[in-house]
Amino acid sequence: MVRLERRPQHSQLMVYLSPVIAVVLTLVSGLFIFAALGEDPLVSLYTFFVLPISDLYGLTELLVKATPLVLIGVGLALGFRANVWNIGAEGQLTLGAIFAGGLAIYFHESESPLLLLPAMVIAGVIGGMAWAAIPAFFKTRFNANEILTSLMLTYIAILFLSYLVHGPWRDPEGYNFPESRLFPDAALLPLLTEDSRLHLGFVFALLVVAGGWLMLAKALIGFQLRVVGLAPQAARYVGFKQNRLIWFSLLLGGGLAGLAGMAEVSGPIGQLLPSVSPGYGFTAIIVAFLGRLHPLGVLFAGLIMALTYIGGETAQIELGLPAAVTGLFQGILLFFLLGSDLLSTYRVRFGAAVTAKGGTS
Amino acid sequence: MSGADWIVPILLTVITASTPLLFAATGELIAEKAGVLNLGVEGMMLIGAIFGFATASATDSGLLAIVAAALAGGVMALIFAFLTLTMMANQVATGLALTIFGVGFSALLGDDFVGYALEPLPQLEIPGLTAIPVIGPIFFGQDILVYLSFVAIGGVAWFLAKTRPGLILKAVGESHDSAHALGYSVIRIRYLAVIFGGAMAGLGGAYLSLSYTPMWAENMTAGRGWIALALVVFATWRPGRLLLGAYMFGAITILQLHAQGAGFEVPSQVMSMLPYLATILVLVLISRDRTKIRLNAPACIGKVFRPAR
Repeated sequence: MVRLERRPQHSQLMVYLSPVIAVVLTLVSGLFIFAALGEDPLVSLYTFFVLPISDLYGLTELLVKATPLVLIGVGLALGFRANVWNIGAEGQLTLGAIFAGGLAIYFHESESPLLLLPAMVIAGVIGGMAWAAIPAFFKTRFNANEILTSLMLTYIAILFLSYLVHGPWRDPEGYNFPESRLFPDAALLPLLTEDSRLHLGFVFALLVVAGGWLMLAKALIGFQLRVVGLAPQAARYVGFKQNRLIWFSLLLGGGLAGLAGMAEVSGPIGQLLPSVSPGYGFTAIIVAFLGRLHPLGVLFAGLIMALTYIGGETAQIELGLPAAVTGLFQGILLFFLLGSDLLSTYRVRFGAAVTAKGGTS
Repeated sequence: MSGADWIVPILLTVITASTPLLFAATGELIAEKAGVLNLGVEGMMLIGAIFGFATASATDSGLLAIVAAALAGGVMALIFAFLTLTMMANQVATGLALTIFGVGFSALLGDDFVGYALEPLPQLEIPGLTAIPVIGPIFFGQDILVYLSFVAIGGVAWFLAKTRPGLILKAVGESHDSAHALGYSVIRIRYLAVIFGGAMAGLGGAYLSLSYTPMWAENMTAGRGWIALALVVFATWRPGRLLLGAYMFGAITILQLHAQGAGFEVPSQVMSMLPYLATILVLVLISRDRTKIRLNAPACIGKVFRPAR
């Protein structure tokens, strides 16, 4: 008989092992999915997960895609620790893109990147924060569920962007295409290497990982986030202010998502389009969990999830598979992760029940 | 006479816009009453929509399509139930995973169906009654799913209020430990409730792809699954208010179409924001009364149950 037995304490090993198990199981299911789609499973798996990063350009593209995922993932991870479920990062990203892009469009004759770029960074962060402040206010003041409000705001943000590029911000010389004018050079993030699209935003992401790690380890607010997640009752007795943590989590997550939006339009995209993100804000939720809600883990998880994007693109070109395969892999990965997390709290025992003894393993 | 000329078409479109919400919210109500918060409604609706559409294209049978959609939604819910009830995973995270998975999987399956249109489900006319002006087309000229949505919400209201299994379901949602101590199988009841919720969400999705706009488009639910979740809160977990809320939101969705038809000079994007803005507004209005929410929400919602031995 197979039984589950509660471990005397959380298995630290399993906490770190379960993402590995989840990735392996996802790859194995990939074999079946590709076979079901009528493709050669091994060739497809190679095309999806190895071919895209088999040259230097592919590796820089991986970092380009990982940049927004890591930026948003760090913010979400810290918030999830305090059980603040901001799932509207996609909308906050969009607002960041709108705020930063608005500056680039308004000052399109600017030739001074030293003024324009920092202003765009600040505008992007403020845009994301402002959008996240709405669910924070409704949650703390009116007790409204932040999951639903932040998600509704995502739909509104995307419609707002669509309105802007179809209307007031449409490129006057753009033959009526729903696009803004191209940003001036002064509004584009500098590239880190020649012959690639890798931009300064990746450095932002690394700095955010380091900052997030430091905050979690050293700062009082980081300690509070950890305690609230692990022992909500204790946190209440000690008198941590729940509302402050809600505000902090949402503003941090929103600001970083806004920064990601700025980095996307000012980096690889270079203008405002009706859609500025292929769902980075949602994928970052998976990134946060896969990264064990820790900034450093988020960095690795961001790279893995970025691979599903460029793998999807490569498979689309090489094999003619629909781009939706990416979303399928992302969902399956999160399923396996959530399932295998059980192993950190419980262990699987075979055989008849025995009296529990507090052993470790 | 002239009034009926424009009022009947509007009411008819309100019904079509409300039906998917009513299905999805009815299913989620049962899951939440049993103490399970399934945030995967959007994903289950999309899977229902594509399975319904694909079955209808393959077999030309509306009935088979409806059955397939309900089954597909139910299987999606089964994945969720397995992860949260058996594997004891976090319900919020698993629900999000279900939606991400559903969006991707439905887009993949639907790739071959983009651009095809189907004959919408036939309207079931009742000889004599359908011909009555105004009332006839509204109450007796709908397709089978609309009638089924009323049967579902009526049945759920009766089940929760009047039957013994309904009482047990509520007990499981209010205090799983007590229900367990009384000898009820908490996990099994929750499995059934979650699967029912998935089947209903699947039907809601199928209504979109078989009747509302009889075609398939990626992400065609456009947030209706999330609005359905908000509706359950708005209804303070009561079936009567759920029906009211679903129809109110259906009316708001339809408002944008008619406002444009009537020549209002508002950008279409702003009009499309209305259902989402309204959702936020009602959530805020309802949730501000903390006591009311606390009294009505199932006490065990979202909590993991692990039987003590």
